[in-house]
Amino acid sequence: MGQAKAKAKSKNGQGKDKTKGKGDAIAGMTREQLEEKLRAWERGELADFIARQPEAKSEYKTASGLPLKRVYTALDRGDGTDDIGLPGQYPFTRGPYPTMYRGRLWTMRQLAGYGTGADTNERMKYLLAHGNTGLSVDFDMPTLMGYDSDHPMSRGEVGREGVAVDTLADLEALFDGIDLTEISVSMTINPTAWILMAMYIAVAEGRGYDLNRLSGTLQNDILKEYTAQKEWIYPPRPSMRLVRDTIVYGAQNMKRYNAVNISGYHISEAGATSLQEAAFTMCNAIAYVEEVTKTGVAVDDFAPRLSYYFVSQADFFEEVAKFRAVRRVYAKIMKERFGAEKPESMRLRFHCQTAAATLTKPQHQVNLMRTAFQALAAVMGGAQSLHTNGLDEAFAIPTEEAMRLALRTQQVIADETNVASVIDPLGGSYYVEALTDEFEKRIFDIIGQVDDMGGTIKAIEQGWFQKEIADSAYDDALRKASGERPVIGVNKYVEDGETPKVETHAHDPETEARQIAGLNKVRDERDNQKLAELLDRLKTVAEDESENIMPITIELVKAGASMGDIVESLREIWGTYRETPVI
Amino acid sequence: MNEEPDVIRVLLAKVGLDGHDRGIKVVARVLRDAGMDVVYTGLHRTPGEVVQAAVQEDVDVLGVSLLSGAHMTIIPDILDQLKETGAADIRVVVGGVMPDGDVDALKEMGVAEVLLQDTPPDAIVATLRRVVARRGPR
Repeated sequence: MGQAKAKAKSKNGQGKDKTKGKGDAIAGMTREQLEEKLRAWERGELADFIARQPEAKSEYKTASGLPLKRVYTALDRGDGTDDIGLPGQYPFTRGPYPTMYRGRLWTMRQLAGYGTGADTNERMKYLLAHGNTGLSVDFDMPTLMGYDSDHPMSRGEVGREGVAVDTLADLEALFDGIDLTEISVSMTINPTAWILMAMYIAVAEGRGYDLNRLSGTLQNDILKEYTAQKEWIYPPRPSMRLVRDTIVYGAQNMKRYNAVNISGYHISEAGATSLQEAAFTMCNAIAYVEEVTKTGVAVDDFAPRLSYYFVSQADFFEEVAKFRAVRRVYAKIMKERFGAEKPESMRLRFHCQTAAATLTKPQHQVNLMRTAFQALAAVMGGAQSLHTNGLDEAFAIPTEEAMRLALRTQQVIADETNVASVIDPLGGSYYVEALTDEFEKRIFDIIGQVDDMGGTIKAIEQGWFQKEIADSAYDDALRKASGERPVIGVNKYVEDGETPKVETHAHDPETEARQIAGLNKVRDERDNQKLAELLDRLKTVAEDESENIMPITIELVKAGASMGDIVESLREIWGTYRETPVI
Repeated sequence: MNEEPDVIRVLLAKVGLDGHDRGIKVVARVLRDAGMDVVYTGLHRTPGEVVQAAVQEDVDVLGVSLLSGAHMTIIPDILDQLKETGAADIRVVVGGVMPDGDVDALKEMGVAEVLLQDTPPDAIVATLRRVVARRGPR
């Protein structure tokens, strides 16, 4: 809130304008002359033209509902010019690094995950052979939620939406033959993230790697689970402690590892507007920073490793403005609210994924074009890493062919369009700068609202974010139904007749049996006496807030503990979260 | 049967580990706005819990949403348990993302209708009314 007010003041502050002297004139004209020129145009050319041919709509808005002007001019810049700065420089509006894609292209990080560790290993190697430059792993629902593959809740889910991981042996199979010091690995895992992190460390140590050479990202963003993606085990407060422990452990032992990836993507996919996505993600970031600093760790000791993840939606310029605004908002939060001093603590780096919920089943080839435009917006907005969706993802998880085309889409942008040669190419656009300013202002307004509610966790407990997201999802459904939001093939240019048969990814019905056999083998071979002792120690550590849970978890996975062993032990202490649904 | 026009009673359910609840919450509001009585179970229920709730709430329609791919495991389980409980007259409507081949298989098993992604709100309401009308009065 403080920041928003301060900004509004400086924008309206006339005194500042006077000190600028020559800066007062824009394009050789004074503000008054420019305003007069605009009014004359409105009365003249514009009025005449509209009299002959009215515009298609009475009002124009962004996808988030921000009103749009017909045309933006130098008059819309105001004092905002001062805020733009240069790339790699506070407030990082133009990008986190001084050379951006000239120094290093974004990482082409296509997701993979299905079946067993060995199955996904094959897909990852296929993607690497076709030019993927980073790895990203999706896990199946039981792994995400902390159930062993033979638990009744896991039935029908094993290896279905991602790769199944029960024990360390699965992770070893997953990364077999892949040098983890050479490639960064992102893992989409949340309530059980600390266990996967422990397994990743155990794999690395088993191979004799220096942990400081591992680069990669753990999603580990539990707060957006309660509001959007809905994967959880324990209530928010003990879950936050787990996140805290991973951040602290990572900061102390893995200097190139991002232990948390604070994510707007799922908030958006659950129905939020892009404005809400950006604002709610910043609220979550504030909560994590507060949680870690509370334990006495200085903000500059861990903030440089905080990483972010946003969607790239369909509204091209709004997305570009969102990425630019969120970098600026974050820089200000870290500096002004948390007193960060290192520039690395203030620069927001983000992974981006095109918007899966925009993909359609009818005329599914059109999804290629949708994804390409969304990917272009991500690049215009300065993403550090990008996943482009497969054209068949409205049917099932993608086939190899769909992933290859999605990767090629990124390669066309990188190698053929020449858009990566100049940093922040839309910087200075009257429109994009105005939208960036507006986004910044509105993000700070929402943060202020959440502060007034007592902070992010309080707002989650009251169901506030959940209600906001559900309202936006409902609005969106109505706008789609009325045709106000056109979706090609669904409510516009609909083609009648049978949809052509699409070859989709086939789920191997033997996956569950293969996975459970592997799990039982580990159970038979491990020292169960030792395991029981370690699980007891885990509970003792869990009950002592001042301890870090990572070392004992690493010991456990090395001793053959399964995901379920660890999760169920802690359920005895922390219980299970149950949502009060908000409709 | 009383003389007043019957209000259709619906239990909407999320079963298993699937957390995608954007769709089901929109459907809940759409049905409510259309004058139906709607109860939503919340996430992560078991087939047994859902069947029990459907019987207790005495609903006409049990709507189950699944976007995780586990429908061919979970839906047959629900249908079996409804039969065992003597509540086979509760119509089951499935919503979510699933392959066309599975849609046909689900209908053969006894699912009244399957509503896939991007079904417009009006069509959802009309489908439920049709499903209940086809069943006839209880």
